[in-house]
Amino acid sequence: MAAKRQAPVFAALGDETRLSLLVKLCSGQPHSISQLTRGTRLTRQAITKHLRVLESAGIVHSVRTGRESQFEFDPKPIEEMKQYLDLVSEQWDQALARLKSFVED
Amino acid sequence: MSDRIEKRIELKAPVSRVWRALTDYREFGEWFRVELEGPFVAGQISHGRMTYPGYEHVIWQVVVQKMEPETLFSFTWHPYAVDPAVDYSTETPTLVEFKLEKAATGTLLLLTESGFDKIPAARRSEAFLRNDGGWTQQMKNIESHVAQTS
Repeated sequence: MAAKRQAPVFAALGDETRLSLLVKLCSGQPHSISQLTRGTRLTRQAITKHLRVLESAGIVHSVRTGRESQFEFDPKPIEEMKQYLDLVSEQWDQALARLKSFVED
Repeated sequence: MSDRIEKRIELKAPVSRVWRALTDYREFGEWFRVELEGPFVAGQISHGRMTYPGYEHVIWQVVVQKMEPETLFSFTWHPYAVDPAVDYSTETPTLVEFKLEKAATGTLLLLTESGFDKIPAARRSEAFLRNDGGWTQQMKNIESHVAQTS
């Protein structure tokens, strides 16, 4: 599980198909591969491959129900990424404010 | 959500003054709050020690990339690398760039930090959990210190 969390979130998000899968999953309802394949031009295999990328980044989780895997959205890695960037961003704001008073005084 | 941080700030000081504050290692250390061992040299590692109370155990290290006088100063580093137990060297560093432009009132400084797409998810959450407000307080202390001493 720890190793799975290492996958970069941005790489997982950097693809139109994966983003459209996430849009479907964002509703909060778990979806099967068949449901996610319906209405797309892609094969089941292609959709599965994209789901595995999202899964390795921790953005979706699969749950097995009977014979089929259901996939559900997990917002946590994306929230963490945003919080991390906000933290680094705030540090820069403060460092630049110090630089400002340093050069202007 | 972007994978980079971008800041723009106008400084009421000549470009040459800002360049010195950024690239003279003693001046940089003053406002950044780090005690550096020696001058910044393009292509070389720059070492130092944080001087924030409570963060003195933190080794500060960057690799200076570019020093184009009064135009561009850049380095790579591991942002928020404050845990001595973690070996950050295996992670892909981010790139920090300071770009200077002459402005009517002085200098326009553009700061970019990019490459966050390579930061492992586990470390991001850990870094966030470690943010107990300590940094924010230290930053405030420093602001008043700089105001008093300059």
